[in-house]
Amino acid sequence: MAELTAERLDVDGLLADPAIRIVVCCGAGGVGKTTTAAALGLRAAEVHGRRTVVLTIDPARRLAQSMGLSELDNTPRQVKGIDTESGGELHAMMLDMKRTFDEVVQQHTTPQRAAEIFGNPFYQAMSSTFAGTQEYMAMEKLGQLRAGDEWDLIVVDTPPSRSALDFLDAPARLSRFLDGRMLRLLLAPARSGGRSMFSLVTASFGLFSRAVQKILGAQLLTDLSGFVAALDSMFGGFRQRADETYRILQDPQTAFLLVAAPERDAVREAAYFAERLVAERMPLAGLVLNRLHHSAVGALSAEQSESAADDLAAAGDQPLTVAALRIHAGLIRQTERELGVAATFTDAFPSVPAVAVAAQPADVHDVDGLRTIGALLA
Amino acid sequence: MGEHVNRWPARLHVVTGKGGTGKTSVAAALALALAAGGKRTLLVEVEGRQGIAQLFETEPLPYKELRIVKVAGGGEVRALAVDPEEALLEYLDMFYHLGAAGRALRKVGAIDFATTIAPGLRDVLLTGKVKEATTRSHDGKRIYDAVVLDAPPTGRIGRFLNVTAETARLAKMGPIKTQSEGVASLLRSPITSVHVVTLLEEMPVQETLDAIVELTALHIPVGRIIVNATRPALLAGQKVTKAELKRGLAQAGLPTDGATVSGLAAEVKAYQTRLELEESLRAELAEAGHPVVELPLLSQGVDQAGLDELAAALMRA
Repeated sequence: MAELTAERLDVDGLLADPAIRIVVCCGAGGVGKTTTAAALGLRAAEVHGRRTVVLTIDPARRLAQSMGLSELDNTPRQVKGIDTESGGELHAMMLDMKRTFDEVVQQHTTPQRAAEIFGNPFYQAMSSTFAGTQEYMAMEKLGQLRAGDEWDLIVVDTPPSRSALDFLDAPARLSRFLDGRMLRLLLAPARSGGRSMFSLVTASFGLFSRAVQKILGAQLLTDLSGFVAALDSMFGGFRQRADETYRILQDPQTAFLLVAAPERDAVREAAYFAERLVAERMPLAGLVLNRLHHSAVGALSAEQSESAADDLAAAGDQPLTVAALRIHAGLIRQTERELGVAATFTDAFPSVPAVAVAAQPADVHDVDGLRTIGALLA
Repeated sequence: MGEHVNRWPARLHVVTGKGGTGKTSVAAALALALAAGGKRTLLVEVEGRQGIAQLFETEPLPYKELRIVKVAGGGEVRALAVDPEEALLEYLDMFYHLGAAGRALRKVGAIDFATTIAPGLRDVLLTGKVKEATTRSHDGKRIYDAVVLDAPPTGRIGRFLNVTAETARLAKMGPIKTQSEGVASLLRSPITSVHVVTLLEEMPVQETLDAIVELTALHIPVGRIIVNATRPALLAGQKVTKAELKRGLAQAGLPTDGATVSGLAAEVKAYQTRLELEESLRAELAEAGHPVVELPLLSQGVDQAGLDELAAALMRA
């Protein structure tokens, strides 16, 4: 097929390597990330005999669809109907964000405190909608899976974030949040023995408190203060875990795979991510370029086909061939456009290996389809 | 009055869609279309992506309404990238005259804190700004004939637009509650219309249908389903034999070797498989009960001419 200029990514080598324990698939939304993660997991289990778990975070339940499962929950479920002759297994799970958050709280505080936290409206909002909660909890779940040491390989499909970078930024943002002056300010009254935070804030930050009071109202401040005080006891442990997971991501046991489709935005996102991974010294294994089109009749150019089609059409002859030539010309132009877009990445990161996966005539949503994708990747 | 007023009756057009479906391009094209006939429209983005600037190949947009395109007939499109922090400061200043206090809030990290701990507040600020632009008037005349919002993707659109649900849990009373209720009532009125952009591919269609169900349950008006990047259907349902292809190629003076003939036949077959799938997806979309608009695939990519082509197609729709 028309070739990418980059060195070919050795996916089988990666999946077979016992030293690799985590594969993180990241990239923009809509590029086939989930399908790629599932296909990699399936191949690791079937071909390389590894006990593999695929962690997906997407509420659209795409992995469930692509694995032919109707429902996934927070516990890994074995995927049936795969070839286990090599001794491998494939399990899949979908992150339940709220439940994971609840478990973290329970692990880090007393039952009484946990009950207080669960009842607080801020916790209810934060645990289900906190910008970045998905990312925090994905990291937390990844940390748990890795710590259990039960799996040969964990394949992670990153959340459909606004930006793929959010996944990397989540722990840092958490730390910044916890160290923030605002949080200290709100914690001050709780630490100083239950004095009303309101009066304390009023005393030291007149202007500020006036604003806060006006915007938020007193009830909201009481809830917030209670929430922050209750969480205070467990924040240290929470942050430590996030930091640990971050270190695992930097470790050579992890391989990051950028996933992109040959579209401008997706490739741009992959380039941003590659820059970040390099800057953070994270192990970038390569680029998977999904849905690349391909013609087996590359020698017949688009211009040649079109002018031949025009001539035949003008003569009123061979309508089927006219249409076939137009279809071919469209395909060639699409292939050229896609390779041009891909080159913006491979030119900028010539040392990053890449693999192209040919576009499938129909979408993948069963194990057979995943197996086909896995074979194309390898 | 341009005729499109009847075809696109809302004043606030919210454009969502699965990632990769081209919703930013469609939003921009709609803003162009609605500016025809001497109108002024505002194209808004809220996710900090600078997608509009990239599309129009301009410098990153500041938090300011700037003209990005002049439209034939005296119309214009302005663009705005809403930043939640700036929106909050503006809001504070407008309603509380908190110039200095607002800056103090930023200094202690209050704004970062507020939008981090309660993302619902962030969405209220973003949608609040959109509401303000939609309803703003000067001397009794509206500033914008239409506002087009390049909204978050289908997976998050319900949560983004359901502002009261998110804030009601936190603020039982007070200005935040009032603000979010104001936004919510605008979003549930006929002034608003949410359009969902999709491709004729399974996942985007599924997410489109899911989003329509979700928005309908929230009583947020769904406008049109916009199918982007469609191609003309050639040879639908027709059988193409290799013998026939070979005769045609020979007549055109092109190679007729086995590899070329079977290669082309395979391409036609793959294309037809794709067409059948697209046809069944079209049928699924039609069943959703909302008008469907199809936009052509831009063979030369999305440039100004391409956007104009999409705008023309939207105006005809």
